[in-house]
Amino acid sequence: MKIVTNIIRLYHQCASPPYFYRISGLWLPYIIGLCGLLFAYGLYSGLFLAPTDYEQGEAYRIIFVHVPAAWMSMFIYMVMAATGVIALVWRLKLAEIVMISCAPIGASFTFLALATGSIWGKPMWNTWWVWDARLTSELLLLFLYFGVMALYNAIEDRRTAARAVAILALVGVVNIPIIHYSVEWWNTLHQGPTVTKFDKPSIHLSMLIPLLVMAVAFKLFFIASLFMRVRTELLRREQNSKWVNTLLESK
Amino acid sequence: MFNIWTQLLKRDLLIAFRRRSEIIHPLIFFIMVVSLFPLAIGDDKILLQKIAPAVIWVTALLATMLSLDNLFRSDFEDGSLEQMTLLQVPLSFLVTAKITAHWITTGLPLILITPVLAMLLYLPTEMVSTLVLTLLVGTPTLSLIGAVAIALTVALRQGGVILSLLVLPLYIPVLIFATLALQNVEQGFSAEAQLAMMFAILVLAITLSPFAIAAALKVSLN
Repeated sequence: MKIVTNIIRLYHQCASPPYFYRISGLWLPYIIGLCGLLFAYGLYSGLFLAPTDYEQGEAYRIIFVHVPAAWMSMFIYMVMAATGVIALVWRLKLAEIVMISCAPIGASFTFLALATGSIWGKPMWNTWWVWDARLTSELLLLFLYFGVMALYNAIEDRRTAARAVAILALVGVVNIPIIHYSVEWWNTLHQGPTVTKFDKPSIHLSMLIPLLVMAVAFKLFFIASLFMRVRTELLRREQNSKWVNTLLESK
Repeated sequence: MFNIWTQLLKRDLLIAFRRRSEIIHPLIFFIMVVSLFPLAIGDDKILLQKIAPAVIWVTALLATMLSLDNLFRSDFEDGSLEQMTLLQVPLSFLVTAKITAHWITTGLPLILITPVLAMLLYLPTEMVSTLVLTLLVGTPTLSLIGAVAIALTVALRQGGVILSLLVLPLYIPVLIFATLALQNVEQGFSAEAQLAMMFAILVLAITLSPFAIAAALKVSLN
């Protein structure tokens, strides 16, 4: 029982704004530093060390930005929904702030995935855009992010807005698989394998390692920008509270 | 419990029939937008035939979306929605009565007028039955999903634009399956698979969305 109570205490401690502000401030430089190192290594080995693809030439190298961005776009929506559940059930202010801070970052990653995919598509498929299943579901994910952000900005009371957004994010999570598979089905019936031959490239280790390094770097970048957003939002919301004032006085 | 449900259904239907404009306006919108397409494209029989299912479905989607505002607006403003949350019957159960009434007054008229519009767009008669069938399975889903979005935005002053942002991405699976079903029929295949999928989505929407609607309404009533 003691362990359980300890875990619960730790949980409440982490969720308290001053504690989170302090701890995240301590971690942030290390996260940013590690993220920078991984970016440097990942980009260098991806752009210079990894071999040229026999089919796609040098153009394939955009994969090292494109694929991690696409992974992040899905991952962040899941983080948003998970914190949404926490916000709805336990009404934690921190969970609400984390949830809403995820939305613009996730939308940016989705946009990045779409933009890099489009740039990649130009030399590969000779068109900026095809109504391929993956592209379409990524576009719809961007719309879902826009909906979340629009709803949050439209409701004046921040806490009510956060709860409304949490419900919307959950509805979105239930819908994402349905949207994904409906789009997949729609596409496969429509057009032949113009795209699918690039779909599952069996990737060589010399390309896989930079890709994974970049994926970790993107994840750290997400955590760092999330922390910064959450910290700013915490200060703004708690500007009248005691811990913010003591923080200001000490500076 | 079921007594209250039928009473609420009757009340909503009665209100709708007393305020007939709420039934008629989405219908007129539907007819007008569909008839804009032949005017814009020209009297090209083959092209119109080809795009008819898509035109009718997209317009039905928009008409449903526009009619959503009637669903909770008046009850929200005169406070009856708050009274409903105080009842012993769960709100998630009660909202299904309101949605049923909403579908009868807005979804059903659209379906009834569809065969006429299909004729205007030269849709072959053998496809009309499938079109009506997809609408019959699809529009209740649209009402249910739309109810979640309108429940989230009912307290907002300019909820209209935001509503479309919230609702349209969620409507896409229904739209895709419906138009796929019609394409299958056009090419001489069966549309059973797509209709089954649409029915599955409807069942999922019936089971899950009432809870989301009730939760969203409670947030809006805050």
